[in-house]
Order: sequence, then structure tokens, then C-alpha cells
Amino acid sequence: MAKTLTQEFTKGLWEEIAPFRLVLGLCPVLGVTTTVENGIGMGLATTFVLVFSNILVASLRNIIPAKVRIACFIIIIATFVVVTELLMQAFTYPLFLKLGVFIPLIVVNCIVLGRAEAFAYKNNITLSIADGLGIGIGFTLSLAALGALRELFGANNLTIWTTPTSVFGVQQVFGANFEPFTFMVQAPGAFVCLGLMLCVMNLMGSK
Amino acid sequence: MREMVTMVVVLTVLSALSGGLLSGLRNATASKIEVQQLKFVKGPAIKEILKGASNDPIADRFALKDGEMERKFFVGKFDGKVNTVVLESSGKGYGGDVGLMVAVNMENDQIVGVGVTTHSETPGLGATAKDDPGFVSQFKGKPINETYKVTNDGGKINAMSGATITSRAVCSAASNAGMIYKKLKPQLEEKLKEFK
Repeated sequence: MAKTLTQEFTKGLWEEIAPFRLVLGLCPVLGVTTTVENGIGMGLATTFVLVFSNILVASLRNIIPAKVRIACFIIIIATFVVVTELLMQAFTYPLFLKLGVFIPLIVVNCIVLGRAEAFAYKNNITLSIADGLGIGIGFTLSLAALGALRELFGANNLTIWTTPTSVFGVQQVFGANFEPFTFMVQAPGAFVCLGLMLCVMNLMGSK
Repeated sequence: MREMVTMVVVLTVLSALSGGLLSGLRNATASKIEVQQLKFVKGPAIKEILKGASNDPIADRFALKDGEMERKFFVGKFDGKVNTVVLESSGKGYGGDVGLMVAVNMENDQIVGVGVTTHSETPGLGATAKDDPGFVSQFKGKPINETYKVTNDGGKINAMSGATITSRAVCSAASNAGMIYKKLKPQLEEKLKEFK
């Protein structure tokens, strides 16, 4: 039975939320989530690539021969990743500086290739856009949530967005006397936080 | 046979389109990206270490060939004299290369100041090299033709606590800058005359 457009969109937000339910695409999840801002930025970049690669794969699905489909998907995805990288360097350079190496790595993010293979290659353009947006926004939310947890305890701040002149967010959430756990913003802290969040997600789902 | 041909044609066309699109976009954004790099990374660092210069060091820049590589230099003017040149260098840090801007007074071969630019060090530890004036100010007034080391390695530079590797990277970048400076000094003096 074919699902409706809304169902395709909302499944990515909770039911199949990529990092927590499918445990996919963990490299950026662990790597960039030192602040909320980085998480949101990385999530949006991935969403952009995901939506456009889904559109292109869905519209070319009758032309792409089955035997070389993965190669074609990778060309499409790689193109959009480089587009994202160049646009970020040209327009949001400070964010590019922070995300750095993780932007080119979107190419090998298995969520993007996974959606192209499992969804866009078999469905029409409208459904594919809904799917890409849903999964992408779900990914962004997961990164932001993990980033919030790590930044809150690791740096005592919550930055939503920074412009060259001002910062949107709360500094020193727990007051100036709070000594941040630097552990949380380092790599092992990412694993611990992700583990705890997976645990909470599974508890909520297991009733 | 027919299938083979379709495969080759589809892949070729797709690759060609992608290549065309990307090279077009790259050309379109190249100048903008350079401006952004100067504005967000190199510019602030240069302005900080050349505080009090009467010219705009970002505008007064030039490039020199060093073997295969092209290096960029920025010029600083103090008290009506063009005597300071900023060079770029880098050292191996904890998370990748640490870029360093080193300003040198050409009259007495002393470091005017150094500033960290591009880096991928740990936030809160190594990354403080960029914001902590106490650490980089140790280089001020020191001779450029010297090999710098942190105190742990028998040198004179006090490392930042919790960031010894980053401190080492900054030291090796500073030493590196000294070598570039030594090699290119005649050409640099030649070039500086043009800015008078």
C-alpha cells in the first residue's frame, strides 16, 4: 500500500529518524556536534544534498541503467556536495570553518546514498522530495539535540546561530561558577552522549 | 550490447554535466571565497598583529614564487616607514595543520607578532591558541632566525596547559616562517621598496 505524502515526510522525523532509529550516518553525528550551531549547520547541509540528490535520482530513475545505478548516484551526490561546499565557503564562511572536513564527507554519508537507493530510485519526484526533507530535518534535529546536550555540559553555553556581529543563544547557562566538563566536547563525550540518547529513545519506544 | 552502450552513454553524460556545473560554479565563487578567507581568518589575524599600522595590510599584499609554491605576503607601514612584512606558515597540530601569520620587522629581523589563522584543534583546549593573547605574545620581539621550542622540549616558549601539541605546532610554524624569511629576504626587500 502506498503511503501518503505526509506519511513519507513525517516518518523521517520520528519513526525512522536516521541517527537514533537506524543508527546511520554516525560520522558527522559524533564529529561535529560540539555545539548546537554546528549540528544545525551540518544537518542543513546534509538536508540540502539529500533533497537535491533525491530529486535528480527520482527524475532520472527511468534513464539510469540498473547495473551502474550506484555509480550514477555517487556522481549526483558528489556534485551536490561540492556545490554545497563552494556555496558555504562563499556565503557562510565562519560555519564552513567549523564544519571543515565534515562537509566533503557528506558524500560517503550512508543516509544520502541509502535514500537514493532505497527510496528515490523507486518513487516519483514529489514523494522523493517529501522523503528527503523528512529524513534531512530529522537528521538536523538529532544533531541539534546531541549538540545541545554536549554544548550545555561541555561548554556551559547554548549557541543557536552566530553572525559576525552577534550571537543568538544563551551564554553561561548554569552561571559563571559552573566548571564545564571538557570531556563532553571531546570525542569520547560524543559516544557517551549518543549512547545515552539511544538508550532514552529505546526506552520510549519499548512500551 | 545495447545495454552496454546505454550504460557508457549515461555515465559519460552524467559525469560531463557534473564536471561542467562544478567548474562553472567554482569560477563564479572563486573571488568571493578569497574575500571571505581574508575577511574572516587572515584579515583579523593580520590586523591584530599589525596593530597601529598606518596602511591597510590586506590591500597591500603581493605574492612571490618560492620554488613551486606561490606565497602571499602582506605589508605593514609603521611611523611612515614600510618595514614590516607578514608571512604565512603552518605546523602540524593535534587535528591537522595550524596556520600561522608571522609579522617580521625587516630592519632588525625581529618578530612583531604572530597570530593563529586556520586550524582544526579541539575546542576549549588547542583552539584557545587563536584567542589567548598570552600565548602568542611570547613571540613578540624575539629574533625571527631562531628555532622555537616549548619548555618541555628544552625551548623558551611556555606551552598552553592541555595543549602541548598545538603549542608545538605554533612553535614549528614560527620556526618555519624563519626559514622562509631567510630564503626570500632579498626578494622581499626588493618588493617592499615598491610600497614606499
